[in-house]
Amino acid sequence: MLTKGVPDFSEGAVSFDEDGHLERGKTPTVMNPNDAFALEAALQTRVRHGGHVSAMSMGPPGYGDVLREAMESVYADDTYLLSDRELAASDTWATAITVSSGVEKYREEVADVDLVFAGFKTADGETGQTGPQTCWALEWPIVTHVIALDIDPDERRLRAKRLVEGDVDEIETVEAPLPCMVVTDPEFEPTYRKAAHRLTHKELRAETQERAADHDEHLTTWDHVDLNLDPDYIGLDGSPTIVSSVDPIPKAPSEREATMIDPDDGAAMEPVLEELQPFAGGD
Amino acid sequence: MSANGSHENEYEHYEAVVVGCGPGGAAAAARLAEHGVETLVLERGVEAGAKNVSGGLIYAEDSAPYTIDDLFEGFREAAAERPVTDYRIHNIAGDKVKTYDLTDLHEHDTDWCDAVLRRKMDSWLQRRVHEKTSETGGGVLTNVRVNGLLREDSEGRVRPSEQSSGRSPRDGEIVGVTCDELDPIEADLIVAADGVNSELAREAGLMDWEEPDEWFQGVKAVVDMDPDAVNHRFGIDDDEGVAHLFSGDLFEDVRGGGFLYTNEESLSIGTVFHLDSLVAEQAEPHELLDALLTHPVLAHWTGDGYDEREYAAKLVPDSKKVAHREPYRDRLVLVGDAAGQMQAQGPIIKGMNHAVTAGALAADAFAITRGNADPEAAGRRYAKLLEDSGTMAKLRPKQYDLARTVAERDAVTNVVDGVLESPIGRVALGNPLADRVLERAYNSPLVVSMLPDTRTGYTTVPTVIGEARGKSIRWKNDAEPPSLEERIGDLTYDTDVGNPHIELRDDSAEASGAAVYACPVSAEAFGGGCYRTEQVKTNGDEETVVSLDTQPCVECGTCAIVADTAWEHPRGGKGVEFREG
Ligand SMILES: Cc1cc2nc3c(=O)[nH]c(=O)nc-3n(C[C@H](O)[C@H](O)[C@H](O)COP(=O)(O)OP(=O)(O)OC[C@H]3O[C@@H](n4cnc5c(N)ncnc54)[C@H](O)[C@@H]3O)c2cc1C
Ligand code: SF4
Repeated sequence: MLTKGVPDFSEGAVSFDEDGHLERGKTPTVMNPNDAFALEAALQTRVRHGGHVSAMSMGPPGYGDVLREAMESVYADDTYLLSDRELAASDTWATAITVSSGVEKYREEVADVDLVFAGFKTADGETGQTGPQTCWALEWPIVTHVIALDIDPDERRLRAKRLVEGDVDEIETVEAPLPCMVVTDPEFEPTYRKAAHRLTHKELRAETQERAADHDEHLTTWDHVDLNLDPDYIGLDGSPTIVSSVDPIPKAPSEREATMIDPDDGAAMEPVLEELQPFAGGD
Repeated sequence: MSANGSHENEYEHYEAVVVGCGPGGAAAAARLAEHGVETLVLERGVEAGAKNVSGGLIYAEDSAPYTIDDLFEGFREAAAERPVTDYRIHNIAGDKVKTYDLTDLHEHDTDWCDAVLRRKMDSWLQRRVHEKTSETGGGVLTNVRVNGLLREDSEGRVRPSEQSSGRSPRDGEIVGVTCDELDPIEADLIVAADGVNSELAREAGLMDWEEPDEWFQGVKAVVDMDPDAVNHRFGIDDDEGVAHLFSGDLFEDVRGGGFLYTNEESLSIGTVFHLDSLVAEQAEPHELLDALLTHPVLAHWTGDGYDEREYAAKLVPDSKKVAHREPYRDRLVLVGDAAGQMQAQGPIIKGMNHAVTAGALAADAFAITRGNADPEAAGRRYAKLLEDSGTMAKLRPKQYDLARTVAERDAVTNVVDGVLESPIGRVALGNPLADRVLERAYNSPLVVSMLPDTRTGYTTVPTVIGEARGKSIRWKNDAEPPSLEERIGDLTYDTDVGNPHIELRDDSAEASGAAVYACPVSAEAFGGGCYRTEQVKTNGDEETVVSLDTQPCVECGTCAIVADTAWEHPRGGKGVEFREG
């Protein structure tokens, strides 16, 4: 039994309101590009081991389209949207609380969960925090920067190759018990070296195309009441992070040796983001 | 750890693995599925047809045990272009042309015959094959290239064949395949339907890639034309089509001929030449094609507004010389071009239909012998079915073997040609009576299957006929075929950067120089193709060396034969992608 958490989505052409909050309603919504890797990991796990895959996201009602996109990519069986006016303008912390409540509700009411996959940082926030924070809220182990994954269903353990400190040169292999949360790295490459897996992949794709055509049938929406969440802890009120302003590119302090990094080059940006992460607030 | 979850020596197993989803592989797989056999089909193209080229007329022979529409219901409506309702040959000498109606030859043993474009045809077949094979636990996978055979040694160890060139065909029993993209797969039956230049047939030691005289090279242009223009220019209706053949001196002394077939919304115009003749004459294939495209005889059809959609090329085996009489080894059977089952019946080219027949027969042979402990039981039965069904007799006609012993000797050819070209010969070939006799002779399947592969049949006779009996045509053909550079530029490639699929083993002009002109995307005077020559100075001496850039390669197979190369197909999905075929 797997689920895929898709906690946050946005695109480059974003709009901010006067207070500097992201206006999700005015921003064209697409799936977080970094979630594609998480989706690949979830899909690979499903193709190899079978099971049920659900995609979950928090956002306004328009996020249905994002979830349909997620369904198409991960060949999800169904999708869950955590959507409520009270949930608007959540920062990563509030999002994590909400998403973890969504996962808890899912486990209580839908099915037990072995794995939660999350993408490597969202394209809008670039904090890389929602995944770990959700996991903390769930009190599960977490494996981050995953580039290859293998599940032993009998032992109920997961083995993963991960990048140490996000460094492409250093790779370690770790094990963790299920249930577990997996945060994939953009370096994640799904591998299908078995003909049977490729045939399953093809079959799932055909099935999903039909399912995605009437996605609304497979979409469940939960609001804060469904999730039993106190409005004080979620949404804008529950968001301790204040992003004072958004600069296009973080510049290196001039007294130090400056290195030019193309902000569109995800791999090159990684070390930068890694450095910035501790200063990005939240604690 | 193995993050792939793979374990050593625990291979996946399918009852049957079919390599290639052209007509041969599609037929084999469909028939295997009908027998309830779990069948996996592996195709290296992004889609079946993306790698394939034919003229192409697909024949349904009255005498064949299987035709494509037997196996795939609705084939003609969904996957084919126009049926051939008018069939002619044009004998050309300069601007003189004498046309014979070849409909009798064409209709001999023919239930129906349609023009096809391979991308459309093969991708349609692929979908049907996937449906059928999914029902028995298999299916079609594209973007997968089989790169070798899996063998079991006498101690029962299963491992891939040595990937060295000096491998012995007997280094263990063939029990499966290895792939670039997948872990090795074991199977009870392996069908090599991987077409001309079959790497599997070569690795099994069943076919070699040595002699240019065992092959033809086909080059083709698909020319855009809207359906009304096709109807109007050829005087046909929507459900009619023409086939025109061209021979004579427009190709100088290169043995071969040209063709023009009508599709629904385009024309297929191409040339097919004996590879040894191309090499001997140092001819440039694209120039020979252009000689046809710009000849006055085509003026009415394509003379204005010539718009080429695609340029393509591929080798074609000559069954008369190479069709293998026992196309199997262990659990491996060869089907179609891979087994050399490509019949050039005079000007009529029959490869697709025989690939279909052979594929279906191989499947039947496996079904009949299923459960037999002898790994070669299916192969032996398949060879017998090819023989008993009369297929082998078509591929290797006895009368050809007899005729060629005398006729292909140069001396005889020269004498016969001398006589034909002499005033007496001209009178004999050129009088009205001879005209009728010749038209009849051309239409005789027996005579055309006997025609020796000398310039007599290809050049001398048609030229003399054209000269003596032909009418001059003075139409102006304004067609301007694209340059080689433009043709390459119009093709779609997904280049496997840093991993070229062909390597030059010997870059001397003697060993590999022939590729510079014989390669259909290279030319002596063109620097942008695959092969070129360079002058290098070594110790004061100047030497001509050949160099290779595989980027523009259309994977035709020519340089596998005429140059000293280590030749493989690109990895799955990589290389050229034909949209028409
Ligand atoms: C210019 C030209 C004109 C022709 N005209 C005619 C005609 O008019 N009528 C006619 O009947 N025939 C004609 N032919 C011949 C005809 O095209 C072939 O005989 C026919 O395609 C053979 O079918 P096949 O299934 O054996 O092989 P192909 O059709 O070649 O199919 C082989 C398949 O195997 C795949 N493959 C190859 N290697 C691998 C690998 N290692 N792993 C996975 N997949 C692989 C290829 O991608 C391809 O899809 C012509 C050929 C040419 C070049
Ligand atoms: S490089 Fe070889 S295989 Fe490629 S197009 Fe030229 S002759 Fe054909």
